[in-house]
This record gives sequence, structure tokens and C-alpha cells, in this order.
Amino acid sequence: MFKYIIKRLIMSVFILLGVSMIIYFLIRLMPVDFIQDKINAINQGGATVSEETVNAMYEMYGLGDNSFLGILKGYFSWLGALATLDLGTSFVYGIPVAQVIFEHMGISFAIALIATIFEFMIAIPLGITAATHQYSFRDYIVTILVMIGISLPSFFFGQMLKDVLALKLGWFPASGLVNATASFSGVELLLDYFKHMFIPILTIVILSIGARMRMTRTNMLEVMNSDYIRTARAKGLRESVVINKHAFRNTLIPLVTSLAGLLPSLFSGAIITEQVFDLPGIGNIALDAMNRGDIPFIMGYNMFLALLSVIGVLLADLMYGLVDPRVKLE
Amino acid sequence: MSENTKNDTKEEVVDSELPLDKNVRLMSPARMVVRRFFRSKLSIVGLIMVVGLFIFSFLGPLVYTQWGEIELDESGKTEYSVTETTYTVDGREYTVRQTTEKSLKDNFLAPPSSEHILGTDNEGYDIFVRLMYGGRISLIVSFIAVFLITILGVIMGGIAGFFGGVIDNIIMRACDILICLPGIPILLIISTILDASEIDAKYRIYLLMIYLTFISWPGTARLVRGQILSLREQEYMVAAEAMGYSTGRKIFKHLVPNVMPQLIVSMSLSLGSMILYEATLSYLNLGVKAPYAAWGTMINIISTNQDILQNHLNVWVPAGVCIVIAVLGFNFIGDGLRDALDPKARR
Repeated sequence: MFKYIIKRLIMSVFILLGVSMIIYFLIRLMPVDFIQDKINAINQGGATVSEETVNAMYEMYGLGDNSFLGILKGYFSWLGALATLDLGTSFVYGIPVAQVIFEHMGISFAIALIATIFEFMIAIPLGITAATHQYSFRDYIVTILVMIGISLPSFFFGQMLKDVLALKLGWFPASGLVNATASFSGVELLLDYFKHMFIPILTIVILSIGARMRMTRTNMLEVMNSDYIRTARAKGLRESVVINKHAFRNTLIPLVTSLAGLLPSLFSGAIITEQVFDLPGIGNIALDAMNRGDIPFIMGYNMFLALLSVIGVLLADLMYGLVDPRVKLE
Repeated sequence: MSENTKNDTKEEVVDSELPLDKNVRLMSPARMVVRRFFRSKLSIVGLIMVVGLFIFSFLGPLVYTQWGEIELDESGKTEYSVTETTYTVDGREYTVRQTTEKSLKDNFLAPPSSEHILGTDNEGYDIFVRLMYGGRISLIVSFIAVFLITILGVIMGGIAGFFGGVIDNIIMRACDILICLPGIPILLIISTILDASEIDAKYRIYLLMIYLTFISWPGTARLVRGQILSLREQEYMVAAEAMGYSTGRKIFKHLVPNVMPQLIVSMSLSLGSMILYEATLSYLNLGVKAPYAAWGTMINIISTNQDILQNHLNVWVPAGVCIVIAVLGFNFIGDGLRDALDPKARR
């Protein structure tokens, strides 16, 4: 087990190196005068990009030297900075990229975490009823509803909910995270947060329930056909005990594994949903920064996302070995 | 055999004169799959949705020719405004009336009428017609992307699974790297690069989809590789080996066809997700850009214009409904195919 973890960790480092190489060379494809144009545009937009920041970026990425050796040198100097967690200074925000990411990922994480909890709480029971009543009316209704959920584009569904629940009915605020006109504190502030996050969370839950429910259903069906379930029934156990005690436990294996893989990605931010509801999460911040050509931020954010998905894959694999005693990791 | 049938009903006596293979109803596996597919109501609904959208977007513009994709309705009204100014000169009052004629050339945000079935958008384009052209782009782009993904995935997965060892290792590690690449954020970078190199607005979406292909093939490759690893050990492969077939023939004639069922299912499901991806890109104003139409581009306007979001539902809801129909249709078909192709799930 220990040996396996070490091996996987080394492999993860190589994967990250590969990703960083691709991202770096993509950035190098950008013409330098285009970058200068973008910087000028940011300067005109109010924020000031200091000469120092720009020079530091040029030096860090080794821009300007387009010979093969120059590109190679630039890559390694950027990689060296990455290793010390120095992602450069954001053009738009004027503070280190790592700090921007760190400050805004909390909101994204809170929204994603609450959404994921609801998603699992709703999807798992649905998946189990659909599986135990396979091909029944109930199964069809649940399947059709979650399929519609999977097929909805997040921007369309989010705007629709916003239009109906916030703008037409006025039950919830339409955008932002806090009420700008009122100053709340304590419980009231928390309630205000919740009101603002309700529709975004609802959007995410409805869109993501489908995949989880279908996963539960498929696994449950597979387990229900296995021999030990027949044995349990032959012993004369009640159906509820067979399903909840015997079958469900094995269905949990892939669910727990996927949950472990999901955890890191909760920090990555939902770009579209956050954009629709104008939430100051990391996704929306990144979209804005990227539209304005904030190169250090783009690079930093992409590496951050890659790191999260590498950790996710690693956690899922390790978890699989932990929860399923039949699996031997080598 | 003949004794038995003679004792049976007359009908079967007649049948007994036919050779055995005509007497028994033979069904090829393919026909059985088709029958199982059409037995499910959901797959038929999905098929109707997808075929309907295809007819709508590809034949629609040929039949409904009142408006073009980028043809503005310039029948806007002319507004007159009158301003009165009063001057007092030498004790007498003079009133000067000034009439300004302001012609709003484009008939924008028109409500649905016989002239514009779904009205016009904020620019004055006919929404109904743009839905058709948007459908063309979405369907074409997604089909191209899915075919490229499948071809690349089959080749890479086939090679990795068949040869194993170092080659397998290299291809699989490449897959690991590509799977960890972020999707939309990198598309934002590529879009910026395309902006910088001033690519024609019409071709951007194709270039972006090529990147999507580039990061999406590992899924297919893993599927193909996994299947081939288990198929490789079967007797018929030993037979193929003994016959001295070439490697290419063994991979693409004997192994890949056996992966086809899973491939078809994954293709139809990824068609749905590609349409969603394309729509999202266009919504973010990265993909198909104005004046050309795409379903996502048609919804994009509401992210900045609250008035349209609230009061002009005919501008953006139809495009969203089209996306949902397309994705749902492909998902239903994919699901139906999965059940039909799964030999274990016989009903």
C-alpha cells in the first residue's frame, strides 16, 4: 500500500509536468504585442498594471525570446517559480495570483459543498427506488426527470430559474452574494448568504443529480443480481433488510470512491453558474480575468485546476482500495 | 422430424417441405438489437426528437425562405418628434416648430406575428430562421467532434491494448495528462489566441472543437483498450494468430468490431455532451460569434440585458428548448442502445 502511494505520487508529479508543459506552450502561442494590447486595455479600464509587474511577468515566462532555447529557458524559469508557489502578480487585481485564488475559492467551495451534499442525499434514494422497482412506472418517471436534468444547459436553466424565482416572483435576490443596501450581522448575515446562494445551489443540484442517480441505479441493479442477495432472500430476510443492509453496502463502494474524487474539484468553481448569478466565486473571477487577458492569472488558475484534478484521481484510486477489501493496490 | 410435423397442424405440414433454416425464424444479432431498441418507448421518442431537429435545421431554411440567417428586418417605423420654441422679437411672439424625423431602420424585438413566427431579436434578425441555422452549426460541429474523438480513440486505444508494454504505458500516461487538462479555461486561452490571429468568425468554432477532440479522446481510448485487453486472450484471437494475419487486420478486423457496441453507445451519449459544450462556448461568446447564429449565441444576450431576460422570452427560450431537445434526444437514443446492445439485459 505504502509503495503504491509513493508510486502514484511520483506519477502525479509527472502528469502535472505534462500539463504545465501544454499550458506553457499554449501561452507562448500568443503574440507578444497582443499581450501588450491587453495590458493597455486593462490600464485604460481603471486598474493600473505597474511596469514592475509586467517586467516581472516577462522575466518569469521568458517572453520575448522566441528561439527554441529561449522558450525552454522560459519554461523552466516559470516551473521553478511554480515550485515555490509563486504564480506571479495578477494584472487585473494587482496582488499575487495565489492570493486571488485563495481568497475566492472559499465561496465556490461553500456552494459546491452544499450542492454536493443535497445531490447525494436526493440522488441515492432515487437511484435505489428506481433499481428496486426496475421497469416500473416509478423507474420511468425518475429516469425521465433526471435525464431532463442532465440535458439542461446550466446557463439556460440558471437564467430561467433566476427569471422566475428572483425577478418575476421576487422570492430570492437575483445576483451577488450579499445585500449591498443593508448591513447585516450574525444570524441575519448568514440568512442573507443563504438567500443569495439558494438559486445557484438549486441549479447545480438539479443538473448534477442525474449522473449520480444513474450511477446508483446501475450499481444497485448489478448488486441485486448477485448470488448473496438471493441467499439473503432465501434465508427469509425482509426485503427492506435485503436492500438496505445487504445490497446498499456494496453500492456504496463506487459512491464513496467518486465522492473522494469529487472533493478537490469542489474548490475549482462553477464558471457558468457563478457568471449567471454574478457570484464572487473563483470561477466567475477567473472568467472575468481571462476575458481581460490577465495572463498570470490564466496560467495560475489552469495549474490550480490541473492540480485539483490530479489530486482527485489520486484520492479516488486510494479510496477504492480502502473501502473495497477485494481490491489489492499494487 | 418429418413424422412429427405430419401429426401437427396442416400449416406446419406445408412448412416441413421447406428446408429447416426457412422453417425456423432466424434473427441476426443486429436485427435483435434493432427490435429491442424499438421496443423501448424512450428510444423512439429520442429518435423522433433528433430526426425532427435534423429536418428542422437542414430542410427548414430551404422551405421557409422569408428571412435569411443574417438578414435584418429593416421595416422599422419612422418616429416623428416635434419641438416648439418660442421667440419674442420686437414684442411679437414667434413660434418655431421643428419636426425631427428619426427612422428606426431595424424592426427589433418584434413580437411573434405572421411575418416573424417567433418575432425578432434585439438586432432585428428573425429568431425562427436563426434557430434553424443555429441547429445546423450545433449538429455539424458535434458530429465532426464525436467522429474525430472516436477515430482517434479507437486507433490509440487499439494500439495500446494490443501491443501493451512500453507503447501502452506511453499512450496511457498521455491520456492521464490530457484528462487533467481543464476544459473551458483552456478554451478561453485558445479563444484569445484565435482573437489575436484574427481567424474568421465562421471557423473559430471548428478550431475550438478540434481542441475538444484533443482532450476528449482519452475516454474512448480507455474504453477500447479495456475491451481489447480482455478480448485479446480469447480463442479466436489465437486462431487469428495461427492464420498468420497481419497486426492491422487483427486489431481492426477482429478486435475493434467487438468493441463496437460500447463505442456506439458512448458516441451517442457524447453527441449530447458535445452539443452542450458547443452551446456553452457560444454562450460565453467564444464559439460562434455574431452575426452568425448558434443556439448558445442566441441565449448570450440575456447575460447582459435584463429587459430581454424578463420581458422578451421569445428571444431566448426557443434556443434553450432546442438545446434541451437535442441533448435529451441523443441521451435517450444512447440509453436505448445501451439496453438493446447489452446481452445480459434481455427482456
